[in-house]
Amino acid sequence: MEKFDVIVVGGGLAGLAAAYTLAQHDLEVLVLERGDYAGAKNLTGGRLYINPIRNLFPDLWPKAPLERPIVREGVMIMAAESSFSLNYTGADLASEPFQSYSVLRAKFDRWFARQAERQGAAIVTKTRVDDVIIQDGQICGARADGEELRADVVIACDGVLSLIAEKAGLRKPGKPKDYAVGIKEVIEIDAGLIEERFGLEEKEGAACLFMGAVTRGVFGGGFLYTNQDSLSLGIVVGINELMSSESAAAVPALLEDLKQRAEIARLIKDGTPVEYGAHVIPEGGWASLTKLYGPGILVAGDAAGFSMNIGITVRGMEYAMASGYYAAQAVLKAREKNDYSASMLSEYEALLNESFVMKDFKSFKEAPLALSNPRIYSHYPELINGIMADLYAVPDGPKEKLYPTIRKHLNWREMLAMAGDMRKVMKL
Amino acid sequence: MTDTLGLKAKLGLNVFKPNEHRHITIKPGREKDPRLKRAVLVCPAGLYTVTQADEVELTIDGCLECGTCRIACGTDVLDWDYPPGGTGIQYRFG
Repeated sequence: MEKFDVIVVGGGLAGLAAAYTLAQHDLEVLVLERGDYAGAKNLTGGRLYINPIRNLFPDLWPKAPLERPIVREGVMIMAAESSFSLNYTGADLASEPFQSYSVLRAKFDRWFARQAERQGAAIVTKTRVDDVIIQDGQICGARADGEELRADVVIACDGVLSLIAEKAGLRKPGKPKDYAVGIKEVIEIDAGLIEERFGLEEKEGAACLFMGAVTRGVFGGGFLYTNQDSLSLGIVVGINELMSSESAAAVPALLEDLKQRAEIARLIKDGTPVEYGAHVIPEGGWASLTKLYGPGILVAGDAAGFSMNIGITVRGMEYAMASGYYAAQAVLKAREKNDYSASMLSEYEALLNESFVMKDFKSFKEAPLALSNPRIYSHYPELINGIMADLYAVPDGPKEKLYPTIRKHLNWREMLAMAGDMRKVMKL
Repeated sequence: MTDTLGLKAKLGLNVFKPNEHRHITIKPGREKDPRLKRAVLVCPAGLYTVTQADEVELTIDGCLECGTCRIACGTDVLDWDYPPGGTGIQYRFG
C-alpha cells in the first residue's frame, strides 16, 4: 500500500497552499480533488487581498493569474428606487504593491495547482474522498474511490461543509444562522468598456458592494468586481434570513432584480453572461470556527470556517491560503518529532493565534452580532436615501433650510435608536 | 417561484458532467417535512418544488453543489453527498 507523508483533501486555496508549502520542504504530499481540475468546484465573489499573505508565498505573486488590481472601492446604499454611493480611491490603492486583486478561481486555482506540482506535490483530480481512515484513534489516511490511501497526517481543506472534518468528529453539520449563500454571474464584456464605464485606466479594477434593497432589507448584500474582460456580479444572503423572512424572495430573483436596476443595467449592458454559480459562505466568525486539529488531522480554509464579513470588507481567500500555510508549518514541526498526535498538531492553532488570522477573528468577534441588526439592511438605506432626496430636491417654490430638512428625518426618536445601534457597531 | 425559464437558461451556461447517481436525496417519508420546504426558497438553482400532494420534490440536474439545502434543511431530511469525482458542475470561471 502506498503511503504519503501528507494527504490534502481538496484542491482549493487552503489545500494548494498547504501542498505547495509542504512540497517546498520535500515532503511527499498528495492532493485529492473531486473536480476535473483544481478550481472546478470553487467559487469566489471575488477578490483576494495580498498584503497579509504576500510574504508567506513570496515567489507566487509575480506570475499569478490575477484579474485586475482594485484601485477603487465603492459602496452603494440602495433604497427601493434610489441609491446613495460612496467611493474611495487613493494612491494607497492605485500604486504598487496593490493590496487586492479581483480573481476567478477556475483560472487561479488551476495555475496554483501547477505551481504546487512544480514543487513536487502530486495532484489527483476527479477523485472524491469519502472518509478518513482511523486506526487506534489516530487518523492515518483517506478512502477515495474504494481505495485506501495512507499518510501520517490528513489536512481537510474540503470546503465550507467539510464532510471530512465531520467524519473525523471535529465538527457538526452547520447551522443556518452561521452561513450565507452567495450566487454570482460572470458576465463577459469588452475590457475597454469596463474601463470606460468604471472610469479606470487600462488594467485597473474596481469593486463595489451593495446593501439595502438589494436583499429586500435582510442580512446580506450584493457585489460587483471587474475582472480582466468580465464582471463578477452577485448577491449574498443569510440562509437563516432567507428561510424565515416573510418577504423573502427566492435567491435567484434577487440577482435578477439587481441586474435590472438602472444603476447596474448600464454597467452590464452588452455583456454576455457566461456562468452562474452558487456557494455557501461561513458567516459565523470566531464563534463558529470548527475544531482545528485532531489526532492525525488538521482543518484549514472554509472547512474550518475561515471567512469573515465585517461589512466593509468580506474576506476568505487569504485566510484560506494562510491557514493552509500554517497547517503545513505545523506538519513540518510534527515531522521533526515524528509525532502526529493531537497535542503535537495543536501547534497549528498556536501558529494561527500568532498570525493575522486569529488576531482578525478575535478582533472582529462581535461582527456577526453587529451585522445581524436588520435595521442596517432595511431602515438605514431608506433613511439615508430619504435625506439625500430632500437635500437635493429643488421644489416648485422656496426650498426649506438644510438643517431642518435633515432633522425632519433625524428626530429624537430616530437619534436615540441610532445611538443604540451604534453601541453594537462600536465594538467592531 | 422565480422565473424558472430564466434560471434554466442560466444553468445552461454552465458545464455539467452527468453521472447516474443522485448525490442528494430526500429521506424516504420526509417528503412533507416542513424543514424540506425551506429548500424551495433557498436553492440557488431552483431544484426543489412542491407538488400538488404537498410533497417536496428534488430535480438533481443543474445542482451547483453549493450546500445551501444541507444547511437550511439539515441531514435529518436529506441524504447529502457530493457527486462522484469528475462529475457534476465544472466551473470554467469560478
